[in-house]
Amino acid sequence: MATEILMPALSPTMEEGTLARWLKKEGDEIAAGDIIAEIETDKAVMEFEAVDEGVLGKILVPEGAEGVKVNTPIALLDGDSAAAAPAAPPSPARAQKAPVPAAPPARPAEPAPMQTEAAPEIPAGAELKSMPMREALRDAMAEEMRRDGRVFVMGEEVAQYQGAYKVTQGLLDEFGDRRVIDTPITEHGFAGIGVGAAFGGLRPIVEFMTWNFAMQAIDQIINSAAKTLYMSGGQMGCPIVFRGPNGAASRVAAQHSQDYAAWYAHVPGLKVVQPYAADDAKGLLKAAIRDPNPVVFLENEMIYGKSFDVPTDPDWVLPIGKARVRRTGADVTIVSFGIGMVTATEAADALAAEGISAELVDLRTLRPMDTATVVQSVQKTNRCVTVEQGWPVCSIGNHISAVLMAEAFDWLDAPVLNVTGKDVPTPYAANLERLALGTVDDVIAAVRAVCYR
Amino acid sequence: MTKTGPAPSNTGLEAHYRQMRRIRSFEERVGELFVRGESAGSMLHLSIGEESAAVGVCSAMRDGDTFTTHHRGHGIFLARGADPNRMMAEIAGKATGYCHGKGGSMHIADMSLGHLGANAIVGGGIPAVVGAALAARRRGTGQLSVAFFGDGAMGQGILYESMNMAALWDLPAVFVCINNQWGMGTRIDQATRVTALHDRAAAFGLAAETVDGRDVREVQAAAARILDGARAGRPGFLAVECYRFFGHARKDKSPYRSPKEEAAGRSRDPVAFARDALIAAGMAEARLDEIDQAIATEMEASIDAAIAAEEPPLQAMFRDVFAPDAPEPEPLARRIDRVLARD
Repeated sequence: MATEILMPALSPTMEEGTLARWLKKEGDEIAAGDIIAEIETDKAVMEFEAVDEGVLGKILVPEGAEGVKVNTPIALLDGDSAAAAPAAPPSPARAQKAPVPAAPPARPAEPAPMQTEAAPEIPAGAELKSMPMREALRDAMAEEMRRDGRVFVMGEEVAQYQGAYKVTQGLLDEFGDRRVIDTPITEHGFAGIGVGAAFGGLRPIVEFMTWNFAMQAIDQIINSAAKTLYMSGGQMGCPIVFRGPNGAASRVAAQHSQDYAAWYAHVPGLKVVQPYAADDAKGLLKAAIRDPNPVVFLENEMIYGKSFDVPTDPDWVLPIGKARVRRTGADVTIVSFGIGMVTATEAADALAAEGISAELVDLRTLRPMDTATVVQSVQKTNRCVTVEQGWPVCSIGNHISAVLMAEAFDWLDAPVLNVTGKDVPTPYAANLERLALGTVDDVIAAVRAVCYR
Repeated sequence: MTKTGPAPSNTGLEAHYRQMRRIRSFEERVGELFVRGESAGSMLHLSIGEESAAVGVCSAMRDGDTFTTHHRGHGIFLARGADPNRMMAEIAGKATGYCHGKGGSMHIADMSLGHLGANAIVGGGIPAVVGAALAARRRGTGQLSVAFFGDGAMGQGILYESMNMAALWDLPAVFVCINNQWGMGTRIDQATRVTALHDRAAAFGLAAETVDGRDVREVQAAAARILDGARAGRPGFLAVECYRFFGHARKDKSPYRSPKEEAAGRSRDPVAFARDALIAAGMAEARLDEIDQAIATEMEASIDAAIAAEEPPLQAMFRDVFAPDAPEPEPLARRIDRVLARD
């Protein structure tokens, strides 16, 4: 399977550049993070890192080519390289009723293609531009920083390094080090400093390199950011965005692979957003920055490199708290969010082939949660399966189950099932990690079960 | 910055050299496999350039002493006697690894060698050492506990909470900061106004020194002073000045550092320094070449054997979430069958 490598936008304003030099040749193996080319813009020569791994198939744009537009395919990357994990051994699980989950197919390196329909909120005729998730997030921040001088970004490696995952690429160049601030590795401190800056009239965006590291700072997020408006009797709000990648990446083990969606969604005073698609991400991040409340904005490293059509209108802002029906269906409602949508969509595709029509609801926001859309869908399909990467106990799916029990009891033809990550810390070994995160097979099994098939 | 201690001698230098060379060989081999996408997970933090900190401090430790490390801890554990085969098996996620493949490079632990765990959260492993020191003092058998961490952790509040309590309670705890000058892409002087790191520990009442990591003998001598004090109930802090030869993780090509700076940093190579010192003391270069070759062969063999080992069985997924007498969580497949109880 070949993936197109696109001409990157190395700054928010870059529209084209010169492909100065290829550092890899056709046939070379490429690991994620390898520098594959040097790109020259009107400002500087910058290194272009591979996001995915594979073998450089064909170079489409030769070195020296000038005026290469952003997002032009410049090369093809062929399939998985030797890094692809070996398939899990066949499992006797179901037949013997042993406590072993069925072996799933290997997780694809790149999320499966989604349907391409745009977000329902996008006005007809709006100009769209295909861009990877990380650029949509960066553009959302850049646009809001242009619009409002109070907005600034702070975090580890956000400035000089251009972001640990390159989400803040180019912001330092445009806005300077007064508004794009590198911090030491001191999450508790800079999260609290962000809270104080919000109290003081600024609009901070605090980037956590990953949400795993926000564990150091969770006291400030909950006790200071979320509660102060209430405790002060409405005097002091905290307009701040905490953002960064959430959930498992790949082979980085238990301390670096957790889904915090349910943790933060539990807290009154926080808004919690976890988009799947880049158009949603851009509109919701802009809304989060403009919101007068603290917003926990959960991203996913595995989706940063995936491209979507995104509106170019700088006033593209989505309301926080609205779900999106990504696919209509008749037999079952599958509810998910963030990277769970990848698993849910693959399962829905497979189920369609066996004649089960699934409606896919992307929650997009976890607090306030648009349960009305879920209820409405279940009133039509009478069955529901939830999908998330987090743990099963007190999960987002548990909450949806409770809401459906209270508000759609008479419409349910089967118990609501929650597909979650397994109830274990994320294991490191490749074969165990694949099983631990909640698989497409888990979703298919749950849907078949609620459909009594 | 270096306090004067006993004059370094060549006693033990060859042993130190061998240990440092083993670490260098191990890391080089693992790094090579990682780049080729073979069996080293997706994130790898190499300790090349920091061998003297690992070997110098570990050689001043005794059997029964415990320690924790940060995410860059392969070298420290090798210096405390890790089996390279089991360590590589862990890095490759194999059943024969120290943690049965469930921890990986950033979470290796082994109670039998006193390794209370590598911790991948910056500063995360530090307070456990104070607790282990508390337990050691309660036992009264003379052990101490050492926290190894990088200069990045000097910004974390938990370090200061830990140092304060260790000092307050006179615990046999030692804090070793391996100052490789870079916290990911941030140089130490971009992260703090106080780069004399030991000053901060001294402010909490710890015996505190900074030592140049180029000469492993200097590190060993300084570590011996600090550890002796800790064993007697005066906790200590040692900063070892060295240089991170490569990027933060193996994928990071460190474009944020100048080639000039890297060349200067790498010229302070503790392994090369020890080799030169041995030659100056009369050891034949050919003999050193033989040692290097033998070590490279040993490391390659153990690493390659580790990679060939089996992955953990799928049943292992649910093992060790709780202590053994607790029931295993019910797998989804079984739950579905039970909930629906069709037929």
